[in-house]
Amino acid sequence: MARRALLTGWLFLLPAVVAYCLFVLYPLLTAVQYSFYKWNGIGASTWVGLYNYLQIFTDPTLLAPIGNALVLIIYFTIIPVVSGLILATLIRNMRQNAFSSAARTILFLPQIVPLVAAGIAWSWMYAQTGTINSILNTVGLGFLSRSWLADFGTALPAVGLIGSWVLTGLCTVLLLTGMGKIDPSLYEAARIDGAGWFRMFGAVTLPGVRQEIVVLVTITIISALSSFDIIYTTTKGGPGTTTLVPGISIFRLAFVQGQVGLASALGIVLLILVLAVVLPVQRIARERD
Amino acid sequence: MVTSKSEVLVGRIILIVVLVLTLLPLLGMLSAALQSPDRLPTGLAWPTNPHWENFVTAFTVGHVWVLLGSSLLIVVVVVPVSLLFATLAGYALGNLRVRGGRVVLVAMVLGLTIPFEAIIIPLYYQITSYGLLNTQWAIILPLIGLYMPFGVFWMRAHFIGVPRELSEAARVDGAGVLQEFRRIQIPLARPALSALGILLFLWTWNQFLLPLVLVDDPDKRTMAGALGAFQGQYIDALPLLFAAALIVMLPTIIIYVIFQRQFIGALLQGAVKG
Repeated sequence: MARRALLTGWLFLLPAVVAYCLFVLYPLLTAVQYSFYKWNGIGASTWVGLYNYLQIFTDPTLLAPIGNALVLIIYFTIIPVVSGLILATLIRNMRQNAFSSAARTILFLPQIVPLVAAGIAWSWMYAQTGTINSILNTVGLGFLSRSWLADFGTALPAVGLIGSWVLTGLCTVLLLTGMGKIDPSLYEAARIDGAGWFRMFGAVTLPGVRQEIVVLVTITIISALSSFDIIYTTTKGGPGTTTLVPGISIFRLAFVQGQVGLASALGIVLLILVLAVVLPVQRIARERD
Repeated sequence: MVTSKSEVLVGRIILIVVLVLTLLPLLGMLSAALQSPDRLPTGLAWPTNPHWENFVTAFTVGHVWVLLGSSLLIVVVVVPVSLLFATLAGYALGNLRVRGGRVVLVAMVLGLTIPFEAIIIPLYYQITSYGLLNTQWAIILPLIGLYMPFGVFWMRAHFIGVPRELSEAARVDGAGVLQEFRRIQIPLARPALSALGILLFLWTWNQFLLPLVLVDDPDKRTMAGALGAFQGQYIDALPLLFAAALIVMLPTIIIYVIFQRQFIGALLQGAVKG
């Protein structure tokens, strides 16, 4: 009987396990294997040991994408979470009416739009004759106008802000639900103690949404480090290497420049980078519980 | 909370500014999409004679009917199959608590953090060796596998919440595992399933990297994937590109506006569980 139950259970697991092994685990192990070879994708491959990894950490054009991905965390994680906290507090303090629910719907919209379409929309925002420059001209700040995505100084912040645009709504709405679960008597008690708005935010609101903040930090960091769609549709990594991210480098190395081994190694480095940033966040969250 | 009138006003103004900033890129794109397709579009202004026909041109030139068909085919296979596999496995892990299931669970949790870019190269050669490159199957099969960590995790969380007494009661009544699963567990799982279905639909529809690498022909891609190909073709006719981008967004936006509560709910739960 116990054996039959075990068999039934594994039969239930089988389809998912097979699909996962075939299209996630097997490619992952193959990627590790590729990463030890020099291979152009067509001809013979030669074993090079850890040479590809050595190259990633010594070649500035391969280190640049990793650095840029880390900088993107400012725009994909810090800006959306901080603005999310501010906006959620504002919406919560507002009477529930048509305006506040419309605000929620609109703020969430960027989360629904395909990132490719977001990239195209924003490439027009930043274009020489585009939306931002035309607004600058109208208000008499025309001297500031430039081609934002082609300028070495502004390209990375410009693509980063697209990430902020996409993720702020998600952060706001999730934090809003988190704040809804805070016991109102906590605010009451804080007010009786004479706490001002700022103290109340620090002593009641922030601890109340800690779980939500951990979740948001985790998923936004993953999307910063593995960003691809937005960069591909706006700058493709340029000008120079200013907006190059690991995803774009992997794509180019493997499918344009025929350096499959090196590209695979970069993919593994990206995976390790994600784990190295995400696991400590999870651990900190668990320790404090 | 007691707040003064001026605080409320400042709050409102900040919120309105943010809402305008949220809509601005989309409105800017709409204004450019309505300009003459032969010239470089300029600035943010409602064109004096809007070229609504750009949308018709983009629709025909971009084979949007074919694309919709292709995207639908992909969604119609990927979403139900993923839901089925994830539900079966989630049930085994959450309710049956199969011996050895922990290993599967840990492997799946690790899978949650794998960026698609890390495995796209081997996938390319794998799909080529199956002879499936440039077919919709090149997108469908890997996506089912890639959705397993999240899907299984999600359904397991649901089945853990279902009281075990329910299964025991069903067994006493003489129902087998399969019968209990079909008659009792599936109907109970409907909210979890529909939320997961919404997420998988959205992710599939908006998927870009897989079609870009695995399918050359834009007509066989997802909507988002095809849009990537348009970008290269329409470089000299930006208004048409913008019209195409708006057309690609439209189906998801319509569904979002109709089912917004379910959408927001699903995405939020998705964030918490993922």
